[in-house]
Amino acid sequence: MTDEGARPAHGRRAAGVPLDRGEPVTELAASLSDGEWHHLHPASPLLKGGIVLIAVIGIVISNLRERFFENLVPGANFRGEDPIELLFREGVFGWALLALLGVLSVLVLGFYISWRLHTFRITEEVVEVRSGVLFRTNRKARLDRIQGINIVRPFFARLFGAARLEVNQAGQDANVRLDYLGSAAADDLRREILRLASGTRAASVSRANGVGPGVGAGPSLGAASIVEQRMHEFLAPELDPDAAEPESVVKLGTGRLIGSILLSGASIFLVVAIAVVIVASVFAPESLIAFFGLIPAVLGVAGFYVQRFMKSLRYSIAGTPDGVRVGFGLLTTSNETLPPGRIHSVKVSQPLLWRAPGWWEIKVNRASQSSTNGAAGQQNTTILPVGNLVDVTRVLALVLPDLLDERLALTGLTGPGAPDDGFTNSPRRARGLRWFSWRRNGFAVTPTAVLLRKGAIWRELVLVPHPRLQSVSVQQGPLLRMLRLAAVRLHTVAGPISAEVGAIDEDAAVELFTLTAEAAVRASGSDTSHRWRSAEGVEYRAAADRAAADRAAADADSHDRTLP
Amino acid sequence: MTEQNPSEDTVSTVTNRVDLPAITWRRVSGKYVVAELLGLVVTAVVLAGATAPLYIIGWDGAPWATLAAVGFVLLFAAFTPRRVQAIGYQLRDDDLVFRRGVLHQRFVAVPYGRMQLIDINRGPLSRVLGLSELRFVTAAASTGVTIPGLPAAEAEELRDALVELAESRRAGL
Repeated sequence: MTDEGARPAHGRRAAGVPLDRGEPVTELAASLSDGEWHHLHPASPLLKGGIVLIAVIGIVISNLRERFFENLVPGANFRGEDPIELLFREGVFGWALLALLGVLSVLVLGFYISWRLHTFRITEEVVEVRSGVLFRTNRKARLDRIQGINIVRPFFARLFGAARLEVNQAGQDANVRLDYLGSAAADDLRREILRLASGTRAASVSRANGVGPGVGAGPSLGAASIVEQRMHEFLAPELDPDAAEPESVVKLGTGRLIGSILLSGASIFLVVAIAVVIVASVFAPESLIAFFGLIPAVLGVAGFYVQRFMKSLRYSIAGTPDGVRVGFGLLTTSNETLPPGRIHSVKVSQPLLWRAPGWWEIKVNRASQSSTNGAAGQQNTTILPVGNLVDVTRVLALVLPDLLDERLALTGLTGPGAPDDGFTNSPRRARGLRWFSWRRNGFAVTPTAVLLRKGAIWRELVLVPHPRLQSVSVQQGPLLRMLRLAAVRLHTVAGPISAEVGAIDEDAAVELFTLTAEAAVRASGSDTSHRWRSAEGVEYRAAADRAAADRAAADADSHDRTLP
Repeated sequence: MTEQNPSEDTVSTVTNRVDLPAITWRRVSGKYVVAELLGLVVTAVVLAGATAPLYIIGWDGAPWATLAAVGFVLLFAAFTPRRVQAIGYQLRDDDLVFRRGVLHQRFVAVPYGRMQLIDINRGPLSRVLGLSELRFVTAAASTGVTIPGLPAAEAEELRDALVELAESRRAGL
């Protein structure tokens, strides 16, 4: 990998490169994020399907070459003779080779052109990608609207030391993809984009220890050390070695992972299906055919198990200065950084079968709905696939850093419900609507978030931070009115969580409505998470501005300032 | 921001009903009742038309089916004034509160900073009556606030005011 996809495109200087950009995290990142157009990793077209295409063509030709040539050359009949032999005998082998070369060079040229035309740039404000040969597309992502940056390393690309960088924006599949970049380049670039987006001017992490034989070291490496480097990348932990807290706060053991998957709804389905088949065959032995009906079900469930397992393996979650970083995957890995304030609501839930081992799952609502196939797709909203209460509190502390009243959250998870346990619960008259959970069904409002506690059999706790609340509503239908109850719904961006609490006392509901409506206004007014580190950098920036002013004054007469 | 419309009235506080304290609701135009009723006439015609096949197959109960359809719509129509009266909104200092529904009541509060866009819709019927419908879109699909039956001029005025408010309190997502 000589240049890790970091070549500046010719002759296109971005207009208005800002003068003071702070200090980039690494040289590589600096060269990629200088506001000019760059090319991606040279192997990108191959990784994006070129190799598959060539392989498929190769397989087709090698298997069907007789048919292939018969169709290609009308009237030809090889009579069981090998076409290559025939070509030799007829003395046209040279021509055939030439034709093959021609096809190959057209393919290579096509790949080359598509690579040439696929460029990206990163400025202070946007990440922008241009691509396409016949149909040009141009996509921009504003840095302060970034919802998350994902680095996906499909198995095949990993072998080549390449990675795909996805800058997620709010909306359905509104992501800007840089596929592919060199592995090290992707990591550096992510930190650099996050640094630019955070609004801070100071370089967050200095990479003084020189981990990561990045681009500079590339050309001088011998073949053996390249292999070594690939191995290193392959086996390295998913988290950046030099990120602030590299240690994953949750250790997801293989045993627990397997257990959690076995105790899922799919297993119940399988057990029920098997029971039905057994009962059927006992009472009607001639209906053995039912066993064959079971096979697809078993295969389906097994496929689900394997998929869940592979995707959740090597799970890690850690806090970095620029947000929560979640990694998944064994062969194809994905590793996403969610900047602060990008998590719109959090649900901690416990399926019935997980109750005995005391396991919980955490899902989040996010503004970006990514349907990326590969590791990211399914896990996009699951932030903790399985964990015990300790893990849950750790993850909650990461995703909602200033929320946590830990005791209240724990009460929300496991509390059986009592009149004064911090939650305002359903009154006794709600029994008819919440048979088992009326004691527990309720809400609590803290200065930073709303907690909704629901369910006695399927227990769950929904947390909505005030600054992410879009609107709030209170509803009452005829049935609820008869019981003087009401339902409150907190509206956040769409996702797997719907933050609603039903069957609470109507006065309490109005109180919750009023409180959250006020809190939402207050919180969204003072929220700076779109430039999450802009607040802390104020003094620094003031100093930098002063310095810039001084420099400008000094430079006033010497007019040829070079752009940085 | 509170006292803008002289025709405001407070909802009679019936016991057992959810109500928000200290809010004087601005009501939508009375002409909206007409629009709703005209819409219901169309519905009645369509429903009655849908029973036509029953006559063709010669079912004895066909007239009753038609009658039932029309009766259902009439029942709906009888409550229309009350339903329209239940629609209300108020521009508070920092958010818009909206209510609607008699049987199924719903109150929504949307902070101005959360509004992503504001639509004005006018159907053919409302256009004849000079009414507009204002729709608010936030990042949450479930917000679902639509104020129907506003006089066209008032709707535009309201939209401009709200856009300005939203602009001054613009926040991230």
